[in-house]
Amino acid sequence: MSISPFFFYAFASIAVICSLFVILKKNPVASAFSLVLVFFAFAGIYALLDAHLIAALQIFVYAGAIMVLFVFVIMLLNADVPSFDMGRTHLGLKAVAGLLSAVTLGIFIWTFKSSAWNAALGPFTGDAIEASGGNTQVISELMFSEYILPFELTSVLLLAAIIGAVAIAKRKLSVGRSQ
Amino acid sequence: MTQVEPWVILSFCAIIFFIGFTGVLIRRNILIVLMCIELMLNAVNLTFVTFSKQLQHMGGQMSVFFVITVAAAESAVGLGLVIAMFRTLRSVDTDEIQLLRE
Repeated sequence: MSISPFFFYAFASIAVICSLFVILKKNPVASAFSLVLVFFAFAGIYALLDAHLIAALQIFVYAGAIMVLFVFVIMLLNADVPSFDMGRTHLGLKAVAGLLSAVTLGIFIWTFKSSAWNAALGPFTGDAIEASGGNTQVISELMFSEYILPFELTSVLLLAAIIGAVAIAKRKLSVGRSQ
Repeated sequence: MTQVEPWVILSFCAIIFFIGFTGVLIRRNILIVLMCIELMLNAVNLTFVTFSKQLQHMGGQMSVFFVITVAAAESAVGLGLVIAMFRTLRSVDTDEIQLLRE
C-alpha cells in the first residue's frame, strides 16, 4: 500500500505504547490522557490512508467530545485517586487474560499474513476520488443517496441516547446496599 | 522496505484490539473498562478504513462514520450509568456490583 512507512510506524508505535499506558496506569486521569494520544495517532494513520474526513471526525468526536466527557466524569466523581485494582486482580487471572489475548492475536496475524486478496475491487480508486471532488465530497454524496436510511436512523439513535443518558444519570436508583 | 503491506496495518489493529480486550479483563475500575471499549472500537474502525482503501470501496468509511456515532452515544449512556452507580454504591469498582447476590 503506497503510504509512507516512516510515518506509519511512528504513529503505530505511539499508539501501541500509549494504549499499554491506558491499561497499566493506576491513575484514571493518566489513562484518559494516554487515550487522547492514541486517538491522535489513529487520526494520523487515517490521514495516511486518504480518509481525511474520518481523520477530522476522529479528532473532533473522540479526542474532543468523548474525552472531555470522560475527564468531566472523573472530575465529577472525584475518582482521580490512584486505584490499586491491578494489584487486587489475581495473578492467575492476569496471566490467563494475557495468554488468551496473545494466542488469539497470533492466530489473527497469521491469518492476515497468509490470506490472499482476490476480492473484486470497487470503483473508488484514488484517481476516481480526486476526479469527483475528493474524499469528503464522495462520502457526503454517498451519505445522502445510498446511505440515507442509516443516516436518518442515526438521528433517532442520538435522540434516544440523549434522553436515556439524562434519565439514567438524574434518577437515584432505589436499590440500596443492605448494611 | 518502501511499502507498508496491508497485513501489517491489520495486525496493528489486532494488537490494539487485544490490548483493549486485556484491559477489560484485568482492570476493575469501570472508567478504565469504558476507555478500553473505546480502544477496541477504534481498532475496528482502522480495520474498516484499511479494507476500504485496499478494496477501493467507500462502504468501509461510511461504516466508520456510523460506528463513531454509536460510540459517542455509547459513551454518553455508559458514563450516565457510571454516575448512577457511583450515587448508589459510592464506588467505581466493578466488584461492588453485586446487588443480585442478596
